Amino acid sequence: MKLHDPLTRYVVRLGDDALIMGHRLSEWMSRAPFLEEDIALSNVALDFVGRARLFYQYAADLMGGEVTENTFAYQRDVRDFTNLLLCELPRGDFAFTLCRQFLYDAYSLPFTQALCKSADSQLAAIAAKAEKESRYHLRRSRDWMLRLGDGTAESHERCQNALDQLWIYTDEMFECDALLDGLIATGVAVNTASLRSEWLDTVTETLHAATLVIPEAQGGVTGGREGIHTDDLGFLLAEMQFMQRAYPGLQW
Amino acid sequence: MKDNMSLVGNEEKFQSKVDAEEKVEPKDWMPEKYRQNLIRQISQHAHSEVIGEQPEGNWISRAPTLERKAILMAKVQDEAGHGLYLYAAAETLGITRDELIDRLHTGASKYASIFNYPSLTWADIGAIGWLVDSAAIVNQVSLQNTSYGPYARAMVKICKEESFHQRQGYNIMMTLMQGAELQRDMAQDALNRWWWPSLMMFGPHDAESAHSAQSMKWKIKRRSNDELRQQFVDQAVQQAQAIGLVVPDPDLVWNEQRGHYDFGAIDWEEFQRVVSGNGPCNRQRLAHHVSAHQEGAWVREAMAAYEAKRRAVPAEVA
Ligand SMILES: [Fe+2]
Ligand SMILES: [Fe+2]
Repeated sequence: MKLHDPLTRYVVRLGDDALIMGHRLSEWMSRAPFLEEDIALSNVALDFVGRARLFYQYAADLMGGEVTENTFAYQRDVRDFTNLLLCELPRGDFAFTLCRQFLYDAYSLPFTQALCKSADSQLAAIAAKAEKESRYHLRRSRDWMLRLGDGTAESHERCQNALDQLWIYTDEMFECDALLDGLIATGVAVNTASLRSEWLDTVTETLHAATLVIPEAQGGVTGGREGIHTDDLGFLLAEMQFMQRAYPGLQW
Repeated sequence: MKDNMSLVGNEEKFQSKVDAEEKVEPKDWMPEKYRQNLIRQISQHAHSEVIGEQPEGNWISRAPTLERKAILMAKVQDEAGHGLYLYAAAETLGITRDELIDRLHTGASKYASIFNYPSLTWADIGAIGWLVDSAAIVNQVSLQNTSYGPYARAMVKICKEESFHQRQGYNIMMTLMQGAELQRDMAQDALNRWWWPSLMMFGPHDAESAHSAQSMKWKIKRRSNDELRQQFVDQAVQQAQAIGLVVPDPDLVWNEQRGHYDFGAIDWEEFQRVVSGNGPCNRQRLAHHVSAHQEGAWVREAMAAYEAKRRAVPAEVA
């Protein structure tokens, strides 16, 4: 499925981030460290899947014809998904999932705030809802950083390890490409590069409070926006798309 | 002697309170057996909600549409919430959640046997929501009037959420029955596999039920297993027929005189086999819960350590 219209491509990109993040979070259902976390993690997962649906529905409207939200989720292969690599990494242990979440939430809040001011009124409306969720998500994941970072020696170590592994995937959040440049110029897209310092402030403050250190890793792994993913995304899609692939063209 | 007298007096007072439909509250005096009986029943109910997350949770990652995915996530999340309400109700009886989970893991405490069956196809998600949640509703509605206050109030909260569960399951079945032949076959196959286990959810016949008589007298249970089962059958048969599904029971027939459906004999050997541990998924269900709990130990420890430090900090700073 090749998308050409820049706005549609941008909207789908945002939908992809949200869907893949929500899917990964939902994998915790019945596996969390205690029952309250089963509920809390699935709350956040539901927010992301809900967000994905709003973006995809808008993209489907833009494309018209037979395309629906499900076309984007279930009928595209790995090369057409344009989510951040950060979102697709396997859930790992609880520290990995919460560190990923924190690093992403610290980005997602300023991102959705900026998107509220988009020249595109649909995007601004979706962002207004997402911003409220992101505010809560960040508070929650920040609290977990404090608990895990400043909990026991084991939790500290697990948390620091997770951050060290995740750090190289954070650059991608602030990357600009030709698609973004064009849409930034018309006031539609968020200039993600400009969010970096706010993100780094949040992360630095929190990690410091959590007795964790900012990883030293340099450079970043990117490619998600061009459909160059880790091997893991293919397996995620194989599972997620199983029904639509095995029984195509039916109503469920 | 005197102690014995007052115990008898207490039990009489307790029974007359129960007879008068007054709620028993945590601080009230209650017979030890009443307490133990309640702990057994409420914790079994709590564990069922939690273990029940698994067969449905299995399909969150594979749900066929985004809408179904979101609905299923919300549904399974509700079940986790039900587990939480019920553990909290059990804790008012002087037992901790840790102890209850431990009893689950050692096998001392049971959960609804129906969750030992696998959810093999998407239609199973329909069948579970429709039948298993229907059965749960029939049972739980009757428990809204149970004599123990915290349990009754938990049931009221839970029942509010259950009708959405039942509707989403039935809606999946209806959609399948309106679809292609392979979808109708999938739905029928799921009904075939889930029908009898759903009937077994209500437990043994009244005559054979170990705890029933005393539980009824104490109003822990309000309606008998067979009464509840009959109500479920009457409802479900009509719902099946309305969408073209065939209930897998050759003896099923409307009994004009009774005003109920007569149905065939339940295979209690199968029931016993699954309850005693040899259902298709008993080991996996328990192992899944045990491993999640063990893998989460370091997180719970970290939380406790963090909170302990926070409590200690003000003194150190001062
Ligand atoms: Fe429930
Ligand atoms: Fe339910």
